[in-house]
Parts: sequence; C-alpha cells; structure tokens
Amino acid sequence: MASVEFRNVTKTFGSFNAVSDVSFSIGDGEFVCLLGPSGCGKTTSLRMIAGLETPSSGQVLIGGEDVTHYHPKDRQISMVFQDYALYPHMNLADNIAYPLKVRGKSVSDRHGRAKEVADVLKIGHLLDRLPSQISGGQQQRTSLARALVYPSQVYLFDEPLSNLDAKLRLEARGFLNHLQRDMGMTAVYVTHDQAEAMALATRIAVMDQGRIVQYAPPIEIYRRPATTFVANFVGNPPMNLVPVEAMQGDGQLRLAAEGLTLGGLAMSSGIETALGGGKALTLGIRPEHLSIAAPGAVNTISGKLFANENMGPESLVTIERADGSRLTARIFTDEHIALDEDVTLGFGSEHVHLFDGAGVRIAADGEQAL
Amino acid sequence: MKLTLPAFVGRIAFSALAALIGAAFALPLLWFLFAPFNARAELGLAVPDPWTLSNFVTVFGNSFAVQALWNSLIQSVGGVILVGAAATLAAYALSRSSLPGKGAVTYILLLFSSVVSGSAAMVPIFLIVSAAGLIDTHLAVILTFAGGLLPTAMFILRDFIDSIPKSYEESAMVAGASPVQAFFDVALPVIRPGIVVVVVWGFVNIWGSFLIPFILLRSDDQMPASVAIYSFYSEAGTPIVTLLAAYSLIYSLPVIALYLFVSWKFGFRFFGGIKA
Repeated sequence: MASVEFRNVTKTFGSFNAVSDVSFSIGDGEFVCLLGPSGCGKTTSLRMIAGLETPSSGQVLIGGEDVTHYHPKDRQISMVFQDYALYPHMNLADNIAYPLKVRGKSVSDRHGRAKEVADVLKIGHLLDRLPSQISGGQQQRTSLARALVYPSQVYLFDEPLSNLDAKLRLEARGFLNHLQRDMGMTAVYVTHDQAEAMALATRIAVMDQGRIVQYAPPIEIYRRPATTFVANFVGNPPMNLVPVEAMQGDGQLRLAAEGLTLGGLAMSSGIETALGGGKALTLGIRPEHLSIAAPGAVNTISGKLFANENMGPESLVTIERADGSRLTARIFTDEHIALDEDVTLGFGSEHVHLFDGAGVRIAADGEQAL
Repeated sequence: MKLTLPAFVGRIAFSALAALIGAAFALPLLWFLFAPFNARAELGLAVPDPWTLSNFVTVFGNSFAVQALWNSLIQSVGGVILVGAAATLAAYALSRSSLPGKGAVTYILLLFSSVVSGSAAMVPIFLIVSAAGLIDTHLAVILTFAGGLLPTAMFILRDFIDSIPKSYEESAMVAGASPVQAFFDVALPVIRPGIVVVVVWGFVNIWGSFLIPFILLRSDDQMPASVAIYSFYSEAGTPIVTLLAAYSLIYSLPVIALYLFVSWKFGFRFFGGIKA
C-alpha cells in the first residue's frame, strides 16, 4: 500500500480543461472517493493515477515516487473498470489470473491464486465459464477479483457499481466497505453517487468543473458543505437552498424571503465579512431538519403543497413557494401525513447553513475556516 | 385464423410467383451441379445419364489447369496474409492512437483504392510492376492486390476496432502488460472475428479476379485458375462445355470450403456481453 499525491495537476483536451491545477494527497490506507457530476474531471483524475492519461502539467506521485510519466504497467496498481473489461475469449480463471500471467507465474500458481480470490468473492464455482455466461453481478465480482489477485500499491475504481441494479449495488457496496476494513487498502474510487461516496470513503473529494471544491471526511462534507454546490450535491434529497436578503439590526442578523419567518441570528465575523460583499445570501436547510409547523411560528418557511410521497419509514413533503422554487422535508413517520394546501415547515436555528453571495459557506465563529 | 377468399387466392398467387422466380435462379445452379458429371453436357439443363467422372479425369490430366489451381492458391493465400496482417496493424493504430487527421487518412485511402483497383489504373500498375522487375511473378499479383484491397480492409477493420472498448487493453496494461502484450493477449483475440471477415472477403476477391493476373503474368506456369479457365475453349473460341463445367466446379470449391470452415470455426459472430 502507498500514498498518492497530485501536485498542481492540469489536464486539457484541446481547449477543454478537464482538470485545472488540482493538488491533493491521499494517505496510506485511505479510501478516497472522487465525487461529482459527469464532466467534472473525476474520471480523468483517476486515469492520471493509473497512467492511462498523462497530465498536461503537474506531477502525480505514488508512494512518494514521481510516476507522472510511468507506463501503467510500471505503477503496481489495480483498477476496476465501469464496464468491467473482462476479456470475452478467456474463462473466469484466466481473466482473474491475467495479471499473474503477465508477471510470468506458472499456470498452476495462477489458477491456484485465482481460485482463492474467487472463493472469497463467491464465484469459485464459475471459473470455467466465459464472461458472457455469467450475470452482471458476477461479472462485477470477477473484475474485482482480477484487481485483488496480486498485491498493489493503490486500488482504483471507476464507477464500478453503476452497471448494477439497485439491490446488487447495495450488496456490492457493503462488500467493498468490508473489504476496505479488512485490507486497509489505499483506494481511489470515482462515483457520481453521493450515497456510495458517503458509505465508502474515509475522505471525499467533491469535484466541479475540473477543481476540487471540498476535500474532507464524509461527515464533515455533510455537516459543513463548503459551497452551495456541495450542499446541493451531497444528501438525498439535497439541501434546500433559499435566496435571502440579509440585514443587520440590534446586533443580530435578519434574513428576509417570501414565506420565511426567522428570528434574529447571532452575528459573527464571517457574516460581517459576507455582508460587506452584498446583502444577497443563501440560506440552507437539510430536508431531514425540517418538520411540519404551525403557520406563523418563528423559524418556519411556508408554501403550497406540491408533493407528499410516502417512502415507508419517512415521508417526503415538497412545498412550492411563490417564486416557483421548491423545498423538500423528510418527515420521519411511517404514518400517512394529511396536509392542507398551505404547508408551513419549521426548523431549528442550529440547523441553518449560510452561504455568501458567491455560494461559499459562511463559517460560524469558532468553526474552522474551510 | 381463417383467411378470406381473396387473401387466400392472393397468397397462392404470391407463392406461385415466388416459386417461379426461385426456379429461374435455381436452373443455372442445377446446371452447374449436373453438367460436370455428364459426359455429353451441353448448355441445356439435363440430368446426367449415366453419372460419370470422366470430365474430371480429363481436367486433372491437363497439367496447366491443375498448376493454375495451385497458382490461385499461392496468390490468394499470399495476398490474404499480407492484407490481413497489414490491415490489422494499420487499423489498430488508426483506431487507438490519437493521430491528428486519422479519419481523413482512412477516407482518402479508401477513395484512392477504388481508383487503383479499377481497370483505368491497369497501365500505370503495369508500368510500376514492370519497373520493379516483377512482371510474371506471383509477388506482382500479391502486391497489387494487397495495395488494392488494403484501404477497404483497413476501413472495415478500423470500424470494427472502434466499436471495441479501449478498456480491454487499458485493463491489461494496468494489470502489468506491455502494449505489445496487451495487443496479442487481449486485443487481437477480440478483433479476430473482424480479421476473419476481411480475410474471407480478400480471398474471394483475389481468387475470382481475372484482369490483374492476366495482365501481370505471362508464362503458363504462373497463371491462376481464373485465367486458366480459358484453356477450355476450342481454338475457334467455343467453350468445351463438359470440361469447363467440371473445372468451374473445382474452381469454386475452395471458396465454399473456406466459407464453411470459417462459419464452423468462428460462426461469423462477434463477442458481445458488455452492457453499456
């Protein structure tokens, strides 16, 4: 196992900046998820660690060694591909053992080791099948087995679960989490599914337009999203964001928006700095921190009922405000909620997130600046 | 389901018409199968009476005709190996590398190839081959065909390779394979059905071609079967139907055999199974 480091890495395709001046490091034994929408540069970053793309500028280090211009075969890495890339003409045993073949191991060694790994992944009975003769979930485990069959410095995953159906995906996700606990492998995992990233990562790098927006442990990303982009990307459903007009009065912060009733908030140096840049702020509240409240109460926001979806353990109540924007609340009850046309949602002031005009989080006093 | 009377009559009429058209196409084929075994075969269709192999005996007694079959085999196999190998490597490079303007290269080659293989190019081809001192050699025929068939072969193969995910070779290289290993272990077996298509197509092209060997070759012992067929014409220019039929049957067998072999071994099917 080894660490991975990016130093000012930029990758351009023609005039398109896929990755712009990205620097970060991944510690030995860390499981890092690169999370972001498609086209954000996460797969390109992963492919630069693998050596399948060469950075336009900057350096990639594995285990402290500059591998920027190394061929993939010289990097001692494993990778699981989104389409699995199983060789259609080889049976599972040969597929899994292929990395050992190119390392010059004997046939009996190869098949012995392939059998060991396959047994762990519960595909040991399928070794003489061709990839086309097994199910999608089994193909996924075969490609995982091929990555695990030899010791690697870094394990790379390129959206390995996105071709599985929902149930298999949960199962595979749990297995990967178990594997990480078991092996303590250094892994870089690309995904656009925030739930996957939250469940697997020791740290998440949220990427947008070729840059890392926030690089922090999952709970930090969830509790203190650095920007409105992160707030909107992580969480299911994502954080509700309400544009508000801010004023200062009686040493407190007053926020005004259509349908919003909010008591004064304590001022902080961060808020004062933000107000210097303009009065337009963004208020963020996670759906799970909203509840049904009495009309006109303090710390509420109201609108017309838009949707009321019962999910089993919870209900998703969506309201539409006068300007057409919507807010969703997760109400934790397995009862059906009867609602009038006008709905008021309440929240605790401790759950309020504030973002400045540029969408950057306003840190509370004492909160570590991000 | 019950048919209405007009629909019923319509179906009968359609079937009858189809049978008639089918028969029109089947007749030459039947002649082709019957005539070689008929010692008194003429241009009319007749069931051999008695069935005999005497036509074949005469054909195999003609050393020029037998040598010509061998020559056809040399030229076709030689040409196909050259086209198959060169087209595979070229198409792979064109598909996988990031050369600027590689698409234009393929299309321009394709355009030129249709000029090269046409009869308009016969004079320059003859002059080039002559200047190279290759007139009246198998190599002349092989090289000319390779040049003519390569662009199309490359085009077909490049299209085929483009449709194969790059992740096959990428996963091999990440697993520790060199680009050459990745090509031979992973890419080549996956491309093979495409190569087989090109090889069969090239073989049929060279095997059946008359003009190029007729112009580039002089001596009898170099001529392929497509040219040798004309030895079964009398001096007056009328075909000796019995021998011509027998020779034609022998001449068409290798192509049929190749098709059956490929169909049995490769099935003209491509590997699938990737859910995109």
